[in-house]
Amino acid sequence: MNYEFGFYVFMLAAFLGFELIRKVSPLLHTPLMSLTNAIASISVVGAILISGEKDASTLSRVLGFIAVTAATTNLVSGFLITDRMLKMFKKREPAKK
Amino acid sequence: MSFDVYPALYLFAAACFILALKWMSAPATSRRGVITGEFGMLLAVVATLLRHEVVNYEWIAAGLILGSAIGVPLAMLMPMTHVPQRTAISQACGALASALIGTAEYFRQLPHGFTMGALVLETLLGFLTFTASLMAFGKLQEVLPSRPITFKGQNIVNLGILGVAVVLGGSLVLHPENTFIYPIFVLLALLFGVLMIIPIGGADMPTVIALLNSYAGLSACAMGFALDNKLLIIAGALDGSSGFILSIIMCRAMNRSFTNVLFGGFGQLQTTVAGQEARPVRSASPEEAAAILGDARSVVIIPGYGMAVAQAQHKIRELADILTKRGVDVKFAIHPVAGRMPGHMNVLLAEADVPYDKLIEMEDINGEMAMTDVALIVGANDIVNPAALNDPNSPIAGMPILDAYKSRTIMVIKRGMSPGFAGIDNELYYMDKTLMLFGDAKTFTASLVKELGSNHH
Repeated sequence: MNYEFGFYVFMLAAFLGFELIRKVSPLLHTPLMSLTNAIASISVVGAILISGEKDASTLSRVLGFIAVTAATTNLVSGFLITDRMLKMFKKREPAKK
Repeated sequence: MSFDVYPALYLFAAACFILALKWMSAPATSRRGVITGEFGMLLAVVATLLRHEVVNYEWIAAGLILGSAIGVPLAMLMPMTHVPQRTAISQACGALASALIGTAEYFRQLPHGFTMGALVLETLLGFLTFTASLMAFGKLQEVLPSRPITFKGQNIVNLGILGVAVVLGGSLVLHPENTFIYPIFVLLALLFGVLMIIPIGGADMPTVIALLNSYAGLSACAMGFALDNKLLIIAGALDGSSGFILSIIMCRAMNRSFTNVLFGGFGQLQTTVAGQEARPVRSASPEEAAAILGDARSVVIIPGYGMAVAQAQHKIRELADILTKRGVDVKFAIHPVAGRMPGHMNVLLAEADVPYDKLIEMEDINGEMAMTDVALIVGANDIVNPAALNDPNSPIAGMPILDAYKSRTIMVIKRGMSPGFAGIDNELYYMDKTLMLFGDAKTFTASLVKELGSNHH
């Protein structure tokens, strides 16, 4: 119930985010966006809490189920495509060929 | 009685996300960053499943399986040219999840005060980002017309709708028991998301996608406040600030303000101006162009969205290889807003196996342009338009451009003389040292490769 504490966490994380992102090379802006997009799927936590509750109403269950599905889609595709992209970034033509 | 492990796991997960972003800064460590991010997310999911409030697993399992079944093909089968669309649709999913959780939470406990405020913010941002991302997807996929659609009083209507949604949201905070207001609030948020994207042209998508990314993060953040969950606050804030800073970078790269991108209706005014008088241009055949390229000492290739549309990146790499073999110094010049999302060109060229140290940013290459023998422009237009520097009345006035006009010879591979996305005519095409190479980017590059290959021996 301590909202003040939450705001401090938010402020620190936001500043940290600014500092970290500023250092990212423009070369990697697309993978960076898909990575942060994948991290935003952290809402899956809330979705699991809603769907897994003991005496949830049908409404909660249905909304929770859709939310888990949507968040998982975001999560899985976000991380996989980020990795797929980064695999392609090479410094020089590989020696073996 | 039982000791809870989930807070510790959440803490580790938050640390993983921070490290993931830190390692993302350089190509050498970036894959480690993704793996760390994945690990963090796994910790977060496992920790949540272990919480004692979570007792009913069937629906969760079904959702996780179904979501993975959609997510895996979405990530693995999408061609790299479609990365912006994939990001938009994935963003829509994330935002929808966040909005629905907020809705479920609202009907579950009809909370008061601060929690309700956080829920209202979460659902407002979630629903509007959902429809806005779907619209962005439609425009990028060209299911919807990608030119801006504007009507009179559009901005007033849009802001009015947002205003009413905010007022209704505020009234819900004061009187959460008025459940009949909630669906109206949701509808307005969904509607605003649609209307917000309608006036935005395809060329502004890099900024908009970054901004929507930020909204999705802030929505997750608001959920963190509503559920009193620090992990959500941290992950949401990281995403929110990342999207925000990227959209600022994009705006700067176009010398435009946020307001101008969001409310400007950019690119629909000039359509009538173009094509009034046919001015003479010099064009060249593949043979002629190949001869010039083969004799050059330095070539700078400038890719744009047209390269992505034509899927020409592999042929371009072949051309770069064959020129390099003949002793030509080949580099790629990357404009920050080339393509439909930040860094779009880099990903496509990396896919075609172009080593990333050949991809040069605008500030670093512009100094070399005057000493460059040939600037080869492939499917780019506005980002090389000297009107940005010379014509204060141009809609792109002040936008930093790649100084292709300074090079000794300019070659432009283009389908025809139609104007670029912003609908602005390009002086560059009419310069004496410019050769227009008319044709499909992929086919034309292929014939260049063939010419150079046969000349070689």
